[in-house]
Order: sequence, then structure tokens, then C-alpha cells
Amino acid sequence: MTEAFRDKIDIALTVNGEAVEARVPAGRHMIDFLRLDLGLTGAHAGCEHGVCGACTIHVDGQAVRGCLMLAAQADGTEVWTLEGLTETGVIRDLQDAFVARNALQCGYCTPGMLASIKELLDQGGVPDRAAIREHLSGNYCRCTGYEAIIDAVESVAKARAGEAV
Amino acid sequence: MINKPVEAGTCEGGIRMKALAGGYARARDVAHALDLLAQADGLGRVLAGGQSLIAAMNMRLSTGDMLVDISRIADLRGVAVVDGMLRIGALTRHAEVGADPLVAEHAPLLVQAVQHIAHAAIRNRGTIGGSLAHADPAAEFPACVLALGGTIHLQGPQGARQVAAEDFFVDVFETAIEEGEILTAITLPLIEHGERHVLIETARRSGDYALAGLCVVKRQAGHRVSAFSVGPRPLLALEAMARLDKGDLTGAVAALRGEIDPPSDTQATAAYRRHLAGVLLSRAVNDLTGETA
Repeated sequence: MTEAFRDKIDIALTVNGEAVEARVPAGRHMIDFLRLDLGLTGAHAGCEHGVCGACTIHVDGQAVRGCLMLAAQADGTEVWTLEGLTETGVIRDLQDAFVARNALQCGYCTPGMLASIKELLDQGGVPDRAAIREHLSGNYCRCTGYEAIIDAVESVAKARAGEAV
Repeated sequence: MINKPVEAGTCEGGIRMKALAGGYARARDVAHALDLLAQADGLGRVLAGGQSLIAAMNMRLSTGDMLVDISRIADLRGVAVVDGMLRIGALTRHAEVGADPLVAEHAPLLVQAVQHIAHAAIRNRGTIGGSLAHADPAAEFPACVLALGGTIHLQGPQGARQVAAEDFFVDVFETAIEEGEILTAITLPLIEHGERHVLIETARRSGDYALAGLCVVKRQAGHRVSAFSVGPRPLLALEAMARLDKGDLTGAVAALRGEIDPPSDTQATAAYRRHLAGVLLSRAVNDLTGETA
């Protein structure tokens, strides 16, 4: 191997508002980095090939698949996981709605669901149920049958827009 | 149980899915990326959005790659009209293609395509250049660029060259890109007055690979039809195009079914895909002419 290629890469980023420096293996994806190296177990490693959505996190303000991004690529980025989103309270209303509507059962998909939904709700307005369903088409839930999740998202979107729920 | 540090790349029990990269280097610019590829002794692998490559690495379909991360090269990102052509940088992400006003004006086919590509979180990172270079036979963008008569721009150790979309897609996951080359941009003709685009596909669930899909472009010079997910590479359906130019939709449907060679798999049989492609062509043409199928 030539010197230009590294099997361990030094990265500096912010995770949930805190500065983090680390040395990561070249093949390490973000979810293993967050879970195994930083102990942030909110985002889940599900299918690990981009299908299930359980690993959805926010990088530089966008929802992305944590399993389809290498930690080495996160150098200089701003990363938010469920832990940070919970602590800052930005999705408190959404989390409350999930509880009120029974929008989770085993909870495995929930962190990814919340991260995906945050991006949709941040766009503003009140998406119709078809649009909510389409936005969540990349987040699998094997418990709820999705109806309660759609209910929760719709109710929060309406509440945030000042409409009657 | 022994508590030991977990290394990416270990495969305890043989069931863990972990990527095994040979090495990683971040390219500063195109020249640096080409230099890195040249140093990789044939093991170089260009990493852009990573939405197919990292999945393949996680599944160990690809191991030992010397990753050349081009995703930070700002020059390769963005959309512009240059010399009377629509130029889309290779690193322009799917979500950006879908929201770009110039793309909406000149290549609405691509905007329609974006709505079918995977899911929102994947569209936030996947790049159009990556999609073309990967050349998945079920992917939308390769078929779009083929239907639009686009040009793919490559840069390599010997300099820059251009390849027409008709000559670019060779086989499953195989393109005209030579060893050591990087896809830098695509160019598309600007839209002409009255030009219409339709992309239509059928998938079992939103974001799934299409069972069959079609791009139909109607210009003054005639129709262009490309089919995807019905063969090893996107196919320009020349016979169907000729029939459509004569106003013979029935003949075009029959011709298309004869031109494609779809596979059978767990999702659909070849016969079903062939039937479906014809139905989709009828619907697309009816959509173009404003009639309901």
C-alpha cells in the first residue's frame, strides 16, 4: 500500500454538539463508530445495506443512512443522533405523539423513524398522509403496521402549523 | 465472555456484516484523485455518495478496495448551462438534481426519476455520477441519460474524453470507464419547444428496484424510448421509437416487447416484465398525448 492510503483515519467532527476526535478504521461505518466507539446506541444497525432505515441520523442538517456513510467521511461534519435530538428537545412533541398514539412497539425502528420524520417536519406545512407514508417508505417497522406512526406525524405537523388536531 | 475491542473487518461467527476496505484517501481535486487511483495498483475504487458502494462493502461483495473519496471535490458538484448544454457535475446529489430549477426546466425527466430513486435519506447522499458509473441495470438515471441522448465526461491520466450515453453502458455494472478514469460530469441537450418527458415504472414498494421502467422523450425529430430493469443495461428501444414516430402505438408496444430481454427472478418472471414494459409504454404515450390509459 502506498503512503497516500490509510487504514486508520484521523477525524474531527461534532456529535450532538460536542467536539469529537477519533482515529477510525477505513471500513468503519458511522453506526459502528457512534455505537461502539462513542457509546451512542440510539441509532441502530439493522440491515446494514441501506434498506431498513433504523440507522438514520442527521449529518450537516440532512437525514442520512448511518450504515452507508464511512466514519472517515464524517471529518468536519456536524452529526446529530437520537440522544442529541432528545436532549435538545427539538422533537419532544413528536416523541410525545409517538407515546400517545402507540406509534412504537419493540422500538427498534423508532430512532430512525424520528430522524427521518424530523427532516419532513422541518420542511414545514402539513404533509398529507400519502406524503408522510412516502417519506417513511425507507423506514421499516415490523410491529405497528405504520398507521399509528402516520397518525403521530400528522398530528404533530398539524399542531406545529396551529391547526386543530 | 471476554470483553475485547471490536475492530471493523472482524467477522466473528461469519455472520457480521462489516466492510473490509484496503485503505482510504480523500482527494483534494480531480488531479489528486487521478494520482491516487494511479497509485492504487488496480485496487482503486472511487467513493462518491457511497449509497451503493458502502452497501456492497458491508456485504463483503467488494473487499480490499483502495477508496479514493472524491466526495469533497467542490468543482464536481452543481448544475449549470454551459456552451448551450445542461451540465450536471458528477457529485450533484439526487436530492439536488430533484430540486434544481435548471434541471426542472431542461431535463424534467431527471426530476421525475428522483422521485423513484430509493428513499429520502439515500437521495440526500447518492450522486448522479455515482449512479451512472455504477450502472445498475435497474437504476433510473442511466436510462434517463440514454433517452435524453446525453454525454458522459471522463477524466483520466491521458486527459479528458467524452462518451455518448449510447456507447457508455456496456453490461451489468460495466461501463466505458477505463481503469484510472473518473466520471466528472454529464451534459444534456437543452430542452426544445414542445419537448415532453415521461418516466414511468412499476415497483412492488416505493423505493424498490423497478420491475420494469421506461423513459419516453418526445422531440421534433422524433421519440426516444429507453427501458430499464429489463436487461443487463439500459436499452434504447430503436424499433419502438420508429413505430411511435409513425403514430403506431400498437406496433411500438409489440416492437418493445421484442427488443427487450428481461430476466426472471423472485420479483417477476421475464414474461411478466415483457408484458409490463408494453403496458408502461401505452401509459407513457397516453400521458404524453393527454389521453387516459
